[in-house]
Amino acid sequence: MASKIDNALSFQQQVLGLRAQRQQILAGNIANADTPNYKARDFDFSAALKEAVAGRSSGNLALSTTDAAHLPGSTQQSSARLLYRNPAQPSADGNTVEMDIERAQFSENAVQYEASVAFITAQIKLLTAAVQA
Amino acid sequence: MGMFSTFHIAGSALSAQSMRLNAVASNLANADSVVGADGKPYRAKQVVFEATPINGESGQGVRVKQIVEDASPGRMSYDPRNPAADDKGYVTMPNVSVVDEMVNMISASRSYQTNAEVMNTAKQLLLKTLTLGQ
Repeated sequence: MASKIDNALSFQQQVLGLRAQRQQILAGNIANADTPNYKARDFDFSAALKEAVAGRSSGNLALSTTDAAHLPGSTQQSSARLLYRNPAQPSADGNTVEMDIERAQFSENAVQYEASVAFITAQIKLLTAAVQA
Repeated sequence: MGMFSTFHIAGSALSAQSMRLNAVASNLANADSVVGADGKPYRAKQVVFEATPINGESGQGVRVKQIVEDASPGRMSYDPRNPAADDKGYVTMPNVSVVDEMVNMISASRSYQTNAEVMNTAKQLLLKTLTLGQ
């Protein structure tokens, strides 16, 4: 039964993990807006989420099972493949951070993160209602 | 460690930008310092930023790699009554460009504001996560 509850929440858990990682990367881009030769990074969110759900995220390490009684498992840390942003207006010092794009993506990512938290809360409420009914 | 390193990244940018603001303040304050501690005119100081990884996470922080002295020649000003004037009556003034420094100051303060806002957003998200399931 515990695994059913886990299944209900695991998708949003993956989403939250990737959103948090993306938030970090975008914060790094904004922090380095004045660093010469810094190249802005990001990742393809939907592709990363698909990989994470399928459990073949590039950073995942599966537990090796050497006995029939061993339980399968893998590290939960989802890590996405980082790409470089294509700048529309690169600056003369080799920096490719465009503040308007980064700010827009950062705000969007923050709202999506909050939405994910709201979805999890709603799911937990649903499960609680089912338990108490 | 998840969202907490967003604080480290934005924090590193805050301290780097405040060092830049410090250098601007020093340059503007000494824009007319004909003689420095070494007996020569003051030279403008510029900070050089460098991207640095924050404890192995995917986001990159920023740090001040070095502080360089501007190598451009100083302004020459004709003032024969100044004790620092050469035999033709010219005084070598610091090579601080006040206009450039003002631009630098505005850029540094805007970047500082942006990173403070990033920190605020990260804090809001963490607080939202704390109320998960309530």
